[in-house]
Amino acid sequence: MKKKLGLIVNPVAGMGGRVGLKGSDGPEILMKAIELGAKPQSPKRAIQALQRLLDIKDQIDIITYPDDMGENEVRELGMSPVVIGSIVKGMTTPEDTQIAAMQMKEIGVDLILFAGGDGTARNIYNAIGDQVIVLGIPAGVKIHSAVYGQNPKSSGELAALFLQDKVKEVQEAEVMDIDEEAFRAGRVSAKLYGYLKVPYEKRYVQNLKSGGVAGEKATLEQIANYIIDNMDDEHYYIIGPGTTTRPIMEKLGLKNTLLGVDVVYRKKLVANDVNEQSLLKIIEGQKAKIIVTTIGGQGYIFGRGNQQLSPEVLTKVGKENIIIVSTRDKLNTNFGSPLLVDTGDEEINEWLSGYYRVIVGYEDSIMHRVSS
Amino acid sequence: MGIVKIRSDFQQARWNEPIIYEMSTPGVRGIIPPEPETAIKAIAGDVVGKLPEIIRRKTAPYLPEVSQKHVLAHWLRLSQETMGSNIGNDISEGTCTMKYNPRVNEALVAEPNFAELHPFQDEDTVQGILEIYYKFEQFIKEISGLDKVTFQPGGGNHAVYTAASVVRAYWEAKGELDKRTEVITTIFSHPCDAATPATAGFKIITIYPDEKGIPDIEALKAAVSERTAAIFMTNPEDIGIYNPKVDEFVKIVHDVGGLCFYDQANANAFLGVARAKEAGFDMCHFNVHKTFGAPHGCSGPATGAFCCTEELAKYLPVPTVEFDGNKYYLDYNRPESFGKVRDFYGVAGVVLKAYAWTMNLGAEGLRACADISVINNNYMEKKVLAIPGITSAFQGNGITRQEQIRYSFEKLHADTGVGTDDVNARIVDYGIPSYWTSHHPWVIPEPMTLEPCETYSKDDIDEYAAVLAQISKEAYENPEIVKTAPHRSSSHRRNDEASLDDPEKWAVTWRAYVKKHLSKKKEMDSVS
Amino acid sequence: MSKIAGHPYIPNSVPEIKEQMLKEIGIDSVEDIFKEIPDHLRFKGQMNLPEPILSEYALRRHVEGILAKNKNCKDNISFLGGGTWQHYVPSVCDTIASRDEFLTAYVGDAYSDHGKFQALFESASMIGELVDMDVVNTPTYDWANAIAISCRMAARINGRKEILVPKSMSPGRLMVVNNYCKPEIRVIPVDYDVNTGLLNLADLRRKISSNTSAVYFENPSFLGVIETQVEEISKIAKENGALVIVGVDPSSLGVLEAPAKYGADIVCGELQPFGMHMQWGGGLSGFIATRDEKEFVAEYPSLLFGITTTTKEGEYGFGEVFYERTSYASREKGKDFIGTCTALYGIVAGVYLALMGPQGMQELGEGIMQRVQYAISKLSKIKGVKLAFDGYHFKEFVLNFDKTGKTVAEINAGLKALNIFGGKDLSKDFPELGQSALYCITEVHTQEDIDKLVEALETFC
Repeated sequence: MKKKLGLIVNPVAGMGGRVGLKGSDGPEILMKAIELGAKPQSPKRAIQALQRLLDIKDQIDIITYPDDMGENEVRELGMSPVVIGSIVKGMTTPEDTQIAAMQMKEIGVDLILFAGGDGTARNIYNAIGDQVIVLGIPAGVKIHSAVYGQNPKSSGELAALFLQDKVKEVQEAEVMDIDEEAFRAGRVSAKLYGYLKVPYEKRYVQNLKSGGVAGEKATLEQIANYIIDNMDDEHYYIIGPGTTTRPIMEKLGLKNTLLGVDVVYRKKLVANDVNEQSLLKIIEGQKAKIIVTTIGGQGYIFGRGNQQLSPEVLTKVGKENIIIVSTRDKLNTNFGSPLLVDTGDEEINEWLSGYYRVIVGYEDSIMHRVSS
Repeated sequence: MGIVKIRSDFQQARWNEPIIYEMSTPGVRGIIPPEPETAIKAIAGDVVGKLPEIIRRKTAPYLPEVSQKHVLAHWLRLSQETMGSNIGNDISEGTCTMKYNPRVNEALVAEPNFAELHPFQDEDTVQGILEIYYKFEQFIKEISGLDKVTFQPGGGNHAVYTAASVVRAYWEAKGELDKRTEVITTIFSHPCDAATPATAGFKIITIYPDEKGIPDIEALKAAVSERTAAIFMTNPEDIGIYNPKVDEFVKIVHDVGGLCFYDQANANAFLGVARAKEAGFDMCHFNVHKTFGAPHGCSGPATGAFCCTEELAKYLPVPTVEFDGNKYYLDYNRPESFGKVRDFYGVAGVVLKAYAWTMNLGAEGLRACADISVINNNYMEKKVLAIPGITSAFQGNGITRQEQIRYSFEKLHADTGVGTDDVNARIVDYGIPSYWTSHHPWVIPEPMTLEPCETYSKDDIDEYAAVLAQISKEAYENPEIVKTAPHRSSSHRRNDEASLDDPEKWAVTWRAYVKKHLSKKKEMDSVS
Repeated sequence: MSKIAGHPYIPNSVPEIKEQMLKEIGIDSVEDIFKEIPDHLRFKGQMNLPEPILSEYALRRHVEGILAKNKNCKDNISFLGGGTWQHYVPSVCDTIASRDEFLTAYVGDAYSDHGKFQALFESASMIGELVDMDVVNTPTYDWANAIAISCRMAARINGRKEILVPKSMSPGRLMVVNNYCKPEIRVIPVDYDVNTGLLNLADLRRKISSNTSAVYFENPSFLGVIETQVEEISKIAKENGALVIVGVDPSSLGVLEAPAKYGADIVCGELQPFGMHMQWGGGLSGFIATRDEKEFVAEYPSLLFGITTTTKEGEYGFGEVFYERTSYASREKGKDFIGTCTALYGIVAGVYLALMGPQGMQELGEGIMQRVQYAISKLSKIKGVKLAFDGYHFKEFVLNFDKTGKTVAEINAGLKALNIFGGKDLSKDFPELGQSALYCITEVHTQEDIDKLVEALETFC
């Protein structure tokens, strides 16, 4: 049976970047972008990705939206898509993306490939959550999310491998987007909105192998076991958001907030999804440790998606009580670059910089540089 | 010097050889074991029949029944479907030092005076092999600068495991094993530098490189503490960059009381050039089967020489080989020894071959291996980096590479979709053995690690580079031919990689294959 | 570069070639490469090694001269066993072992080394038949290493941390196992019956508990006794939730039952009898076999070569099974560690088994047992010489010399003078057995060889 590929191109993604805007969400910004002479980026990038699917064009059906939301790009490469839905040409909206994703879910596509940025990822997430496997072609201004391939070609390549069953594993990847509140306050900061399921490209092992029976899940378990085995009775444990810290709560049998911060004391739940203020109250006069992982595709450990862990919280807890956990693969995504902090306070960023032992398994760690 | 030609119409032997079980015919025999004399049979009687039922084999083992000629032919054909380094241009297997393995050494190990020695023979009947062990130990001491050596480990990883065992014994003797729990290593050190201390019970801390590709000394400073048991490190690491601060690494670890082990699997280019001693290491090891000219045997038998300082010598596995001025002997009287890593005394044949190899070259010859290896490598680097799509790890960092280089096809892959696995399959079509990519993790994307050691001629290097250039050209012009390679090797590309990771499908024996695949196929055939 | 210029192993040592290459690199001397090594780390002296022996003939004379100081088991009659055994090595085995393709290959993938993969797959297949298991690994360093890995696999499978082993085990192998199991796993010896040499079941019951991960025993045991209480041992182990690991000398498996048939969960053993020359103990090569269940397969540290399909219809392809388990793939997260072990010996073992076939293995086993029975019946008649354990023997047996008033060392010295290597002296490692020696007889021994031993012992004892 032929595999079904859903393709969504957000034709306006990436338009803001070239003219110095933070994204192209919303009609006003978009109009401004066009006024400033912005040119669409995503169609070109979508085509670069689709070129990698030419080899298997007979093995797949491509289902897409009309005109520049996918149809044009597919036809330009001489392939014939199944076109669904309707749009107002030249006036596409985030709702179009959402409706397209929902329709593709109903059709039962095997994979949705989308070209866009964080806004597009967020729209898709809102529409279908983790019910369809998706993959982003990086084409937006903002690419804080971790749902994209390294570049358009590798997105196409990975999609091809997935559609041929050569890559079978999937992983949850962060959907992040600009934090509007912070943005209005004059600060660029990304918020963690949720997780999409994306094919798991194992860049760091021979890519012929696809199985990964031991893989990601076992590593996460090892990390959780190590953290739990080393929990003491004196400290409050502040568990940051993310799928890497989630197994800690699961193994302890505690309710977990995937997108928020939880607090544990003597292996019992103190509070779920705390904000900065309640966190400060809980640790007042107490010893505490913070367990965090990188959030998003760029290697941030503070200041992206976990703003509750504010400069004040971090100062109270102390640098020596910060425990970073990560899978090796995630750490190696940005090989050669340090992990990043962006707490909004330069002094705190400076203070947080240095070398940390990142826990990558049971009794297994990597010395990694953190910088602002 | 010959003319550079690539083997554009090469064809590896492709016998479509059946599995030996498929060649079986009941009653056919390959060899007849010696029959006991009549008197023996008469006195012994039906010994097997008298065995208790539970322990007596009721049905003969299901083994193939094949005539001697056909057994020989089958394995000769399988050998032809294998590219040994004595046949191939095996610059391919970087980090493995695929040098020429002299035939004369094979003749020596076939001598009954070696091959037919039993390990429990009295010492005075094995003075010859003891002398070889003892003398080769003196050579290794000279080459490393350290004080005592054991050849018991059966390979490089095993020698590194021996190091981990010595570290454990050292801290146990000091009563600090519960405190000294951490071993530090670097990401471009061989995986065994992490895996063997982990097996011995230590926690592992890995150091990443700085922007030049040298292990980050600041990270090491942040990693060491009173919990540090030891550091296990390679130099140069598997990417071919010499760490000039290696003695500072040693000092930082020594300053917190830790031990320092030098993985010298990559020693070939440093014979007579730089030693473990001058850098301050407490321990090191050599892969005797590669650096000293003994063959790899499809992955063993092999020997790791583990070397240490006098202070640590008491923890070495028993027995050691000693000389009392008159006679060589095995010393088991070593109460602080951690025990053994292998039964008896190691793979004596490898030690014998390495002794002969070293005697043939002497100090000057060993140094020539180092010199020619690094010259070969730098010559090759120029040729390879000129090929479109190929870069090297930390290229342009201003550091001259030593004996090997980790290259990357990242650019080729981005440009053409042809990755290192494809190139590695295609290279075989030109008569070159598939190359060593990299140990995991592949932080250098799409890797290829080449080591043109002293064995390889200028023509070999030119041919190798020409083949890579040809494949690069193919990738840009006709990527399909690379992506579907090999075309001229003994077998074609696997079409179901996932089956090798699938418990329902994998089969590591014929009987498992019959159960999982043939029986099912038969069922389906009979239905249709 | 005086002597070494143009050395046969180093083609580019010819000065003109070397110069040309330096020129193409754009440097004057090799020092421009070694400049990356700081001066204080450089070795300044000349290594104190003997002058090279450049001619191949002279080299051969030199090494053979040293080896001539050895006495070998071909020119003498040897009764030594205990972990390395003298068996006949078929010529075809030697031919295959010395093929440069196999001898000098290494870690190439199946596309360049298809034959290597098939050969090791076939070896695993035949060993699997001997022990009645569906999964067999690529070879380990030796039997001791195979036991040690089996113990660690068992501990990972059931999470328990104690292994029971027989006190009659080979001291060398036990030392390896003890070290390899550290620090997590305790290795606890179980007594053997001094009259029968069999495992002491009462002691086994005393020591087994819910902490016991596995019970390991050998068949035949190091002391040469065939363990017959296999059902009881398996039952006791299983009642306590422990796994059963059986170590075998597989040359016995033409006549002795496959261990999986009497309860083994993991089988390990030594391949040296299958076509490897003894080489002073350097011929060792171990194997491990289990059922084809994911929980077992997941715990192997070794490479496993699997059969699969290729793009060419009907063609066999080979590849690595479940590679991510290994330390090659996962560094310290892999199962223990894997490295260069004894693959070539594994290949030779396959050749040996294919030559022997079912009938050969049966005849080998029966012939050995008959010779042993013949020897025992004659030797035990010698005054003062006693067979230490009654019961069944395969190729080894213990003789006790207490009543002769002589030590084994004295007796062996006398035998040596007659070009006979007497049995392995057990008096140090097994003091409870007094002056005893472990004798080994295989298919290489003729009636005349055995009679010579009998005659000699009659004279000394």
